[in-house]
Amino acid sequence: MHHVFTAVFEPGFFGSAQVHTAVAVGGLVAIVSAVTGVFTVLRGQSFGGHALGDVSAAGGAGALLIGLSPVAGFVGLGIVGAGAMDMIGVRRLRGRDLATGIVLGSAIGLSALFLHFTTATSATTGSVQQILFGSIFVTSSDTVLAAVVLGAVALASLAAVCRPLLLSTVSPEIAAARGVPVRLVGLLYMLALAVSVGLSSLAIGAVLSTALLIGPAAAALRVTTSVAWALVVACLLGLLAVGLGVLLAYDSYYWGSSHLGLPVSFFIVGIVFVTYLLTGLPAAARAGAGSRGTAPTLAAAENDKIACMSATGGHRRQRART
Amino acid sequence: MFAAGFMMNAWITATIVAVVAGVVGYFVVLRGAAFPAHAIPKGAFAGAAGASLLGINTLIGLAVFSLLGALGIGSMRRRGRQDVVTALTLVMMLALGAAFLSRTTEYEPQIYSLLFGEVLGVSTNQIPPVLLLGIVCIAAVAVIYRPLLLSSIVPEVAEARGVRSHRVEMCFLVIVALATAMTVPVVGALLIFSLMIGPPAAARSLTSRPGLAMIASVVIALVTVWVAIAAAYLYNWPVGFFVGTLAALSYGIGRGWAAWRRTRAVPVTTPRLTS
Amino acid sequence: MTDQHHAAAILGVEGVSVALSGRQILDDVSFTIGPGEFTGLIGPNGAGKTTLLRVILGLQRAASGTVTVLGKPRLRDAIGYVPQKVVLDPDMPIRARDLVALGADGTRYGIRLPSWQRAQAVREMLHAVDAERFADARVGNLSGGEQQRVLIAQALISRPRLLLLDEPLANLDLRSGQEVITLLARIAREQQIAVLLSAHEMNPLLPVMDRVVYLAAGRAASGPTAEVITSEVLSKLYGYHIEVLHVAGRVLVVAGDAAGEQASAALPQAPAVLPAAGAG
Repeated sequence: MHHVFTAVFEPGFFGSAQVHTAVAVGGLVAIVSAVTGVFTVLRGQSFGGHALGDVSAAGGAGALLIGLSPVAGFVGLGIVGAGAMDMIGVRRLRGRDLATGIVLGSAIGLSALFLHFTTATSATTGSVQQILFGSIFVTSSDTVLAAVVLGAVALASLAAVCRPLLLSTVSPEIAAARGVPVRLVGLLYMLALAVSVGLSSLAIGAVLSTALLIGPAAAALRVTTSVAWALVVACLLGLLAVGLGVLLAYDSYYWGSSHLGLPVSFFIVGIVFVTYLLTGLPAAARAGAGSRGTAPTLAAAENDKIACMSATGGHRRQRART
Repeated sequence: MFAAGFMMNAWITATIVAVVAGVVGYFVVLRGAAFPAHAIPKGAFAGAAGASLLGINTLIGLAVFSLLGALGIGSMRRRGRQDVVTALTLVMMLALGAAFLSRTTEYEPQIYSLLFGEVLGVSTNQIPPVLLLGIVCIAAVAVIYRPLLLSSIVPEVAEARGVRSHRVEMCFLVIVALATAMTVPVVGALLIFSLMIGPPAAARSLTSRPGLAMIASVVIALVTVWVAIAAAYLYNWPVGFFVGTLAALSYGIGRGWAAWRRTRAVPVTTPRLTS
Repeated sequence: MTDQHHAAAILGVEGVSVALSGRQILDDVSFTIGPGEFTGLIGPNGAGKTTLLRVILGLQRAASGTVTVLGKPRLRDAIGYVPQKVVLDPDMPIRARDLVALGADGTRYGIRLPSWQRAQAVREMLHAVDAERFADARVGNLSGGEQQRVLIAQALISRPRLLLLDEPLANLDLRSGQEVITLLARIAREQQIAVLLSAHEMNPLLPVMDRVVYLAAGRAASGPTAEVITSEVLSKLYGYHIEVLHVAGRVLVVAGDAAGEQASAALPQAPAVLPAAGAG
């Protein structure tokens, strides 16, 4: 029994301060990312969420260059980028992703420039790696404070507009008719996203930022029936991924003979990825059985398709899942 | 700027890259595949980093991982939303890359050039493979041109005509992967997609005719890359910066042009009672 | 033609004119709707029905004219709206129940805690539109008729005095359309709500329609169905000769008479058969 315990929890795990910080910061980020992520997936803004990670990283590189606090850099440029994406993004989904891509491309160009100067002026090795991947184990107390504050800001903004945001996500026409300032609410969401992603990129790296933003939320939305439950499940999945990932990363240092260990990002992303795939299994099984929605509606749907006077309805249901 | 051998290499390679980016990018913009166009090169970078650590030619690592990315995105597309699937495939590949990078305690200077390109450092013997892959890419696009165009614009009509949109999607993603593999050493993983988005988007604002738009897209991409190289040579700033900025500029000009054209549009005076 | 028939009108539209892109979409449109009245907004495609609804909702500015709801200029809370093309993503994990709940308070800021009263109100509304069977299904997976009923529930849950529906029958098969119309008529009567429903086919509405606002060439004629849907009134509206035929209890509206083919061909905007006709 003792053997099993030490096999799972390698010695020193519970006592390590690094682990404490990692779990605390990672857990906090997981929750903020999960909540933001649910709205992100609903709005189809996964690209935006990922892109803002790179944009924030560019801000971080710039901050490194001029000696500003990394928090300011990450969040500052992230907010600018989000604003730009929202402003030049058009209503249509494809146009919006294009705008995201353009902003991202510009930010990456800036990254190239900043890093070029950084490595030219000071021989900081590994800065590229650091910016891109970050490390959950290398967090300072400043970062923790920033994480808490920023996280609170992001969550509060989302909580404030969650209902108008949801309504305008489901149907912008109905929302507009009811007096919801659709454009404004959308912008506020983007800013909250920028803060959340800036925070997570800073604390745990751009890769993990995207993974914890999209993965748990997408998995939760596949298995739950309502948005409220999706928020809860996404948080749980995120926390699980972080906790398990940190554990495995810690243990991995004891594996094999090289004692190098594997990075925690690898484990957390892997867990998130696998979880998402697992949530797809029931849907795949149902697709095999050919059911869509509740049984009584199937016959009605067929009737509608045949007697449909306009093409829109039929096309919508025939289109492959996007 | 034109005399030095390495500059000639740079011009030639960049030209090939721009042509491929312009052609493939046209469909990237048409299909709204901006995210996959970003994700596949970025994921490929992880593979290249891993390959360079294992001592294998980075091109192989690039090719393998970009193909993995394309296949991953394409096959998971059926079950989930495209943007979610793209994001998760991307981070999975990057996480693998992080795992590879952790195997060594040394910092590889190659990483910067893999990410942002090192076009000024292209050697002469790199040109033939790039040219070959470029030709293969263009040829592949030519082969599936019509089904690809049809299923990009009106998927339902294409399905009805027997075009299997899932297969076309896979082919397209593989072409993007191929374009990635050949262009990453030049412009870098992070910026190839700027070339595949900005110039084609600008071209589409100028004209709606597919053939013409593709040509315009190639032309704008060429201009972008050439100016970027010249600027990089003159100011000693990274090429990637200029590519990103110029791509954004061309997109902006395209949008501006389209908006200006809309305000000049003559309104239809005859009221249509039926449509 | 102004039609002042109700002192306690819920909706009053007076002299509304809208011009877009150089085209006169609406020209001096006036009518009123009272409580419990089922009014059809009939007109061919492109006649300006959606524009008029948007003006009423305040989403479109009118060059001139006024819109009053319950006597006041803008009372968004009193209006329930079912838009024309609500594209509901099949992947959107919103149940019918959730959409109706959003109809109740989707415009409020802040988090709301689950409340028994709201859940009860949602249940009642779903029952009223006969949508209980699929209340927990994802809205994107529902058929056209089912979606329409959920959208109506969503509009009704805020207890509006005026219900606007933009072409709700367009994507429905005839039977679903009939069910929706019957449901709306019943709700209008029971809750004394004013219903304004736009359509380009008026025949499905004939059994329940109290009044009609007929839009053509930007102008409107409003009043009881029998008074408005006549050859004289429609001819004046269109600007050329219109025949209104009554066939087996249905209305058939056609352009020109047999000898007037040239007359109708001379005017550039003359369609061959007006889309207000429909087979039963």
